[in-house]
Amino acid sequence: MNQGEPPRDERTRRLMMAALDGEITAQDRTELDRLLQADAALETEWLQLARLKEVTSDMALRRPSEEVWDRYWGGVYRRLERGVGWILASLGAVVLISYGLWTGIKSMFGDPELPMFIKVAILAVIVGVVILLISVIREKLFTRQADPYKDVVR
Amino acid sequence: MEVALAADQFTGEHQLVQSAQRGDAHAFGELVARYMRRAYFAALGLVGSHDDALDLSQEAFARAFNARQRLDPERPFYPWLYQILRRLCFNFLRDRRTRRTRLEAATPWLVEDIRDRARAGDPARLAERADLRGRLERAIDVLPEREREVLVLREFEELRYREIAELLGIPIGTVMSRLYSARKSLAAALGEDR
Repeated sequence: MNQGEPPRDERTRRLMMAALDGEITAQDRTELDRLLQADAALETEWLQLARLKEVTSDMALRRPSEEVWDRYWGGVYRRLERGVGWILASLGAVVLISYGLWTGIKSMFGDPELPMFIKVAILAVIVGVVILLISVIREKLFTRQADPYKDVVR
Repeated sequence: MEVALAADQFTGEHQLVQSAQRGDAHAFGELVARYMRRAYFAALGLVGSHDDALDLSQEAFARAFNARQRLDPERPFYPWLYQILRRLCFNFLRDRRTRRTRLEAATPWLVEDIRDRARAGDPARLAERADLRGRLERAIDVLPEREREVLVLREFEELRYREIAELLGIPIGTVMSRLYSARKSLAAALGEDR
């Protein structure tokens, strides 16, 4: 066996696939015929695969109605539009929430009647949420880009 | 002549990709029109449902538009789109299997090839073929996703081994090995059902 050539069983399988799919050379076809003649189990397997090939060759993917193609770009365009909508809505919400928080914190700390432990607790919640957000954003932006397995489909 | 046509098509695509990268939605629409059928059928073969294939293929185009700056205009558009599409389809299949909430597909996603209809003839044969089609669909549905992918590209999209290998970025030998495993599983499944 030459270096880089698959093991015998693997080669036989590939020969059968190539023969079924019309991608076999005359020389390989002769080799396959010789292998089939010499091995009854292999011939049985070959006949099963050939029958399956007949079945799959008679099948095709179901075509949708022509209307689907007429409306297709509309579906893609709506997704693009919604993407822009989500970005604008999210940015706006971030600005408004930040402003609301800032105003709330200012008035809260300026209120002499509010107990100190409440002020500290609210501050802890806000700082905690900010840390969590920064952590998630950092993971999305930096860690994922450096992840060598990010393109591996799970 | 064929080579010249292919070159023209690629030049046109090259310009469309560059225009799309500048934010031209019309140019991107041209790319969608050019590849929507291919993307839809690729997704249909992978997930086996019309609605899901439509949804996933449209989503792939939307994601491709959002990520268009990463596309090299010197390279063909479809293989790049296909990478996005297959990842979406595989994740979709994994989620569907994990949740185990999939409803049976309401309509078959395979049909008898039109070339075979002349041979169809009597109702008994039609019923037998419909039964066979149903069993084949179910057997394909439980194949490992990478084997299913290669089988669909070969059998239903009729790509040659070299084209499949290029599209998936794998050696031709791997294409043949996956195809063999897929066919062995299908032959066993159809044999057991009889």
